[in-house]
Amino acid sequence: MAAGKRTKVLIAKPGLDGHDRGARVVALALKDAGMEVIYSGLHRTIDQIVNIAIQEDVDFIGLSIMTGAHIPITQRLFQKIREKGIGDKAVFVGGVIPSRDIPKLKEMGVAGIFPGGTPMSEIINFFANAKNA
Amino acid sequence: MSVARYIKDEKDKIEDVIYESGIHINPSYSPKDLERVGFSYEKDLADPGEYPYTRGIHPLGYRSRAWTTRQYTGFGTPQETNERFKLMISHGQTGLNVAFDLPTQMGYDSDDPISEGEVGRVGMAVDTLRDFETAFKDIRLDKIGSGLTINAVASIMLAMYQAVAEKYGYDPKIISATPQNDILKEMIGRGAWIFPVEPAMKLIGDTIEYSMTVMPRTNPVSVCGYHIRESGATPAQEIACAILIANAYIDNVLARGYDIDDFVGHFSFNLNFFGNMWEQVAKFRAARKLWARNLKERYKVKKPQNLFLRGLFGGGGYGLTKEQPENNIMRGAYYALVAALSGAQTTALCSYDEAYTIPTPRSALISLRTLQVLMDEMGLRDTVDPLAGSYFIETITKEMEQKIEEEMGKVEKLGGIVKAVSEGHIQRLMARQAYEIEKGLESGELLKVGVNIYREEGESMDVELHEYNWESAERQIEGLRAVKRERSEKDVSKTLKDLEAATRDGKNVMPYLVSCCKAYATVGEMTGIFREVFGEFNEPGLF
Repeated sequence: MAAGKRTKVLIAKPGLDGHDRGARVVALALKDAGMEVIYSGLHRTIDQIVNIAIQEDVDFIGLSIMTGAHIPITQRLFQKIREKGIGDKAVFVGGVIPSRDIPKLKEMGVAGIFPGGTPMSEIINFFANAKNA
Repeated sequence: MSVARYIKDEKDKIEDVIYESGIHINPSYSPKDLERVGFSYEKDLADPGEYPYTRGIHPLGYRSRAWTTRQYTGFGTPQETNERFKLMISHGQTGLNVAFDLPTQMGYDSDDPISEGEVGRVGMAVDTLRDFETAFKDIRLDKIGSGLTINAVASIMLAMYQAVAEKYGYDPKIISATPQNDILKEMIGRGAWIFPVEPAMKLIGDTIEYSMTVMPRTNPVSVCGYHIRESGATPAQEIACAILIANAYIDNVLARGYDIDDFVGHFSFNLNFFGNMWEQVAKFRAARKLWARNLKERYKVKKPQNLFLRGLFGGGGYGLTKEQPENNIMRGAYYALVAALSGAQTTALCSYDEAYTIPTPRSALISLRTLQVLMDEMGLRDTVDPLAGSYFIETITKEMEQKIEEEMGKVEKLGGIVKAVSEGHIQRLMARQAYEIEKGLESGELLKVGVNIYREEGESMDVELHEYNWESAERQIEGLRAVKRERSEKDVSKTLKDLEAATRDGKNVMPYLVSCCKAYATVGEMTGIFREVFGEFNEPGLF
């Protein structure tokens, strides 16, 4: 990532679920931490999310999923970003994620996994570390 | 999650306590405090069952009837939901509370590509009347009431409930459904909206207008402060928004020329009970009083029973934690105690494992038992409003009333609740407050056991997870295909065409929806017509 450029993050709510307290809180926290944050709004398809990511040229794509459907939804996102040639974007996922699913998400290539209850500082650190890497 | 802000000296002595709604708490209370807030027994309290109903809407409270327990249930196929309903009824549950899956809540059929992976996941999948026939088979619809947790397409589900009742030989006049049917709160939190504000409000008006004559025992709207509180509202804001939202629905029906006394008695409320216990007790008591006063003074309601705030005080989702989840069983018991001390008519309790999963039968049963223990073992049925007359409770109930009115005033200044929600003011305020709460938890200013105090490092909790069942989703889709093969396409297309014409003409859509349901039109087909005619809600931005 180029030095000096503000980190740009997309927080997206894929699928039909509308529980967005977590997504909104993370969006506000990242904004306060100096990042540029795009919030997708609710009920987005993976195609719409990938299009926003391309248009806005974000560095990170975040998915907030509360229904338990994080595995199939994240799989679809990876498929689509590779198809669209933005497979290099870092993906992070938050929501109701049981610990047994964390290895599966990592295997898929998810860079940051934040189950409900993750301290905000840990999420912000993830971006700081990723930027320095 | 936050219960209050505590200002302490260096020795951990508490110097001030400030509740979420902004009330400062004294070390002790006396008659002087009642004098300070201008408390009067007749005006502010009165006997139970007397205006302004601060002490409850029935003179005998739980002596005449224990609360209704209504655990939120429903998953997978209608068959599985039917089995769970029967299980909960056999364990003494007295009302149903139906959870729908997201495709149903958003008006999509199970075979729609957008539904993939979500069919039956967070609730029951409903495509056609056939699914209701299965779900409500052998349930006495004349004896047991059903909460339907559905909003954007509540009109469709209410029509389907009527259709299934008639199919099983019940007169719609004796069945009792309580669809949630509160779209403004979906726009503030929870997010299961589809249509723009105006037509969405019109559909709610249609259900109220229709229920008055066809299903008079039905409670067509359950106004939910609950989800607004879950989104970050203070208790005072929760009640302020709920009353203003209820007023917006009332205004829609009054504009059609009805007398308020003909319908408002069937409004119900769904309010949350996590948080500081005294503040919640004050909230529920003040809410009953303000709702009654709002109806009497603003709307000139005449019949006393129409002034009652009826409702479910329950849930408590945001108060529960992912950390040390067994603690949620205890938290739930305290929350339920608060509801009982506040005279809740109906209650339900989130299960301890909900931060992880859809509750298992075991955890749902623990919640039900928690509610039953209070009524049957602990003496909560002994006397009405046992906290009445406490210098502390009566003082903060008065103060809570003032705080709620202040919050209502703030929304009115924004141009009223409909405008404030359409433009996203309330949503942005809730998000900001939710963020402040998270910051308070991180800094330690707010305390939460297991989260930022008394943590157990390296803890790993084994919670039995509710598995998503791809096979049952497949069976649901198969079932839908079978219905489509068997139904009369002629009837379907005629009823849908009639629905479309009625929708375009601005008629009450309810009778047309009932005809569609009876012809086995799908939820997706009916919603599709509304989507085409009404368009979709344009969500305001977060920043």
